[in-house]
Amino acid sequence: MIDQFPMQQVINGDGALVDETYKSEITIEKAKELYEYMLRARMLDKKCVNLQRQGRIGTYVQYEGQEAAQIGSAVALEQGDWMFPTYRDHAATLTFGHSMRNLLLNWLGRYEGNVPPEGVNIFPPGIPIASQLLHATGAAWAEKKRGTDRVSIVYFGDGATSEGDFHEALNFGSVFNTPTVFFNQNNGYAISVPMEKQMKSKTIAQKGLGYNIPSVRIDGNDVFAVYFTTKKAVERARAGEGPTLIEAVTWRYGAHTTADDASKYRDQSESEKRRKTADPLLRIERYLKSQSAWEQSWLKEREEAITEEIESTIKEMEAYPDPEFAHMFDHVFDTPTWTIQEQVNDHLAIKRRQSQ
Amino acid sequence: MNATDVKVKKMTMIEGVRDAMRLMLKENDDVLILGEDVGINGGVFRATEGLYEEFGEDRVIDTPLAESGIIGNSIGLAVNGFRPIAEIQFLGFIYPAFNQLMTHATRLRQRSMGRYTVPLVVRAPYGAGVRAPEIHSDSVEGLFTQMPGIKVVVPSNAYDAKGLLIASLEDPDPVIFLEPLRCYRSSRTEVPDEKYYVDIGKASVLKEGEDISVFTWGAMVMDTMKAVKELEEKRNISCEVIDLRTLYPLDKEAIASSVQKTGRAAIVHEAPATGGVSNDVLSVINDTSFLYLRSPIERVTGFDTPVPVYSLEQEYLPSSAKIQAAIEKAIDF
Ligand SMILES: Cc1ncc(C[n+]2csc(CCOP(=O)(O)OP(=O)(O)O)c2C)c(N)n1
Repeated sequence: MIDQFPMQQVINGDGALVDETYKSEITIEKAKELYEYMLRARMLDKKCVNLQRQGRIGTYVQYEGQEAAQIGSAVALEQGDWMFPTYRDHAATLTFGHSMRNLLLNWLGRYEGNVPPEGVNIFPPGIPIASQLLHATGAAWAEKKRGTDRVSIVYFGDGATSEGDFHEALNFGSVFNTPTVFFNQNNGYAISVPMEKQMKSKTIAQKGLGYNIPSVRIDGNDVFAVYFTTKKAVERARAGEGPTLIEAVTWRYGAHTTADDASKYRDQSESEKRRKTADPLLRIERYLKSQSAWEQSWLKEREEAITEEIESTIKEMEAYPDPEFAHMFDHVFDTPTWTIQEQVNDHLAIKRRQSQ
Repeated sequence: MNATDVKVKKMTMIEGVRDAMRLMLKENDDVLILGEDVGINGGVFRATEGLYEEFGEDRVIDTPLAESGIIGNSIGLAVNGFRPIAEIQFLGFIYPAFNQLMTHATRLRQRSMGRYTVPLVVRAPYGAGVRAPEIHSDSVEGLFTQMPGIKVVVPSNAYDAKGLLIASLEDPDPVIFLEPLRCYRSSRTEVPDEKYYVDIGKASVLKEGEDISVFTWGAMVMDTMKAVKELEEKRNISCEVIDLRTLYPLDKEAIASSVQKTGRAAIVHEAPATGGVSNDVLSVINDTSFLYLRSPIERVTGFDTPVPVYSLEQEYLPSSAKIQAAIEKAIDF
């Protein structure tokens, strides 16, 4: 089966163009634009890991290593499309227009983390694994029923394909021909469980066959492969041709979250090896070098600008007003029920008495 | 046997859980553990640490990531002779398995007139107060007490955890074993090395008292004990604190005899008020002890809201002040 789904690449780990199909579209500007998005995401991720270590934010979910998969796919969308991320996909949501401040507030246990700017359609991250896939088919179905050309993209991991919701979503997407891109990031592990224990299938892409959904397997660390493949899937969806399943093969360098110790279940030297051979940023740097288009001064300038953005956003996060306890009640229903109303009143009465 | 012969060790609650599983895996080859990350990783809270190494991958089994799969397969294994312990990584992720629990695990015995039975233990950590991400922190024990055909057990310390888990694993019917996250490492209690039972359906009087009976379970046991001690230092009252430990079936005798002695009652839990197990405790008191009551029964509960994100979870959890106010209200009635 794996022969049916070879891993497609456009630019390999050494930065060499290995597929000429999109040659004319791979401009220096585009390469730099994608690189810069990835750089921004990586710098933010590293910063967040540090903030967590310093106790300035809570448990954090790293994505380092998966930037190409998330960013190549996010830039293939247009404003108005729908994005359904998991807890690990803030490189995608940031790139698609989420607020960096709100994303940071998420790691302080704040509801604001779930709220994208007006006009940006991003769902709160799916925490129960695979549940978000069904929302993505539903939201896309709504667009189709209204006759728009908007699409949805949904992110999920290799482990997620074991849940029933994954299969139900592929089937619904297929049956109702919804304009959905099922975007799998196969990073090889679901916490400690490697893909070989998770499934006997050698690829995720082959799971699309059962639902008659066109499926492709790509190098998820190759931002151009991701970008062009997603773009094609989005175009199919917009044209009314239905869903596509993309398996982006990647690797998370770090542990599952900052609360996890990856050395318990896998050899972490693999990450170090991949940093040198398959890194998403490094391969674009190598490509640009091969085109004599890499300038160290440009990188430095970009790094400085991003550092400034991140630092000032952290200040904003830390100065952000304390959460209001009303957030817990005000948004459970449109109009609070009498039980909630009474509970709020009792709660306030006790607090008043305490502060007297 | 002489009391001095019993070897005891100080353990945290999670060590008590692990000790019970190790003992049962050793004693009975039919005992299996199924779950996500329970193998080489030893569970995300380390409940199964070392068990994979000791008993191998055929007994301590990393399953695919699918809760319906874990519990559905455990039902099949249980019906066909095994004694599965199904670990759900967080109680908040059990919902994909609701169908298996509600329509099969809980009623196979009845449907088959006793021909097929499901001796299955489902373990799951739960509860707020550990700064976990969204969805990880709800207390939904009431969803299971409402399911006819499954027993609901909630230990709050290592001794009870070990004895109750062993009892659950020898129970002929399904048991859901809820492990309050805040209790996992909060204290150590003395736990015998050997096998012992804490009976399902039996409450534990943690502190005797004369003026009011305070019923609680899970992580709220810690908060209730603390609130009560503080209050007793401030006022000349004496509170009885009872850890219910099993929420279905409730310990009717323990509830009735305590209330009949004190004449007052308060119930503390972190689950939402509506549909909370406090309502069942109230019914037991009403049915057995109405005429002994000197004041209305007080309840201290979570709100009728999902457990909020962790920046607000301390606002959600019943505070010491609330527990004390409820006790005083009953006493000063
Ligand atoms: C329904 C459900 N079960 C279990 C969990 C706990 N959990 C969180 S992440 C995770 C592994 C997910 O692996 P995968 O889908 O491969 O995505 P990755 O984390 O590797 O990005 C598990 C088991 C959960 N969040 N939801």
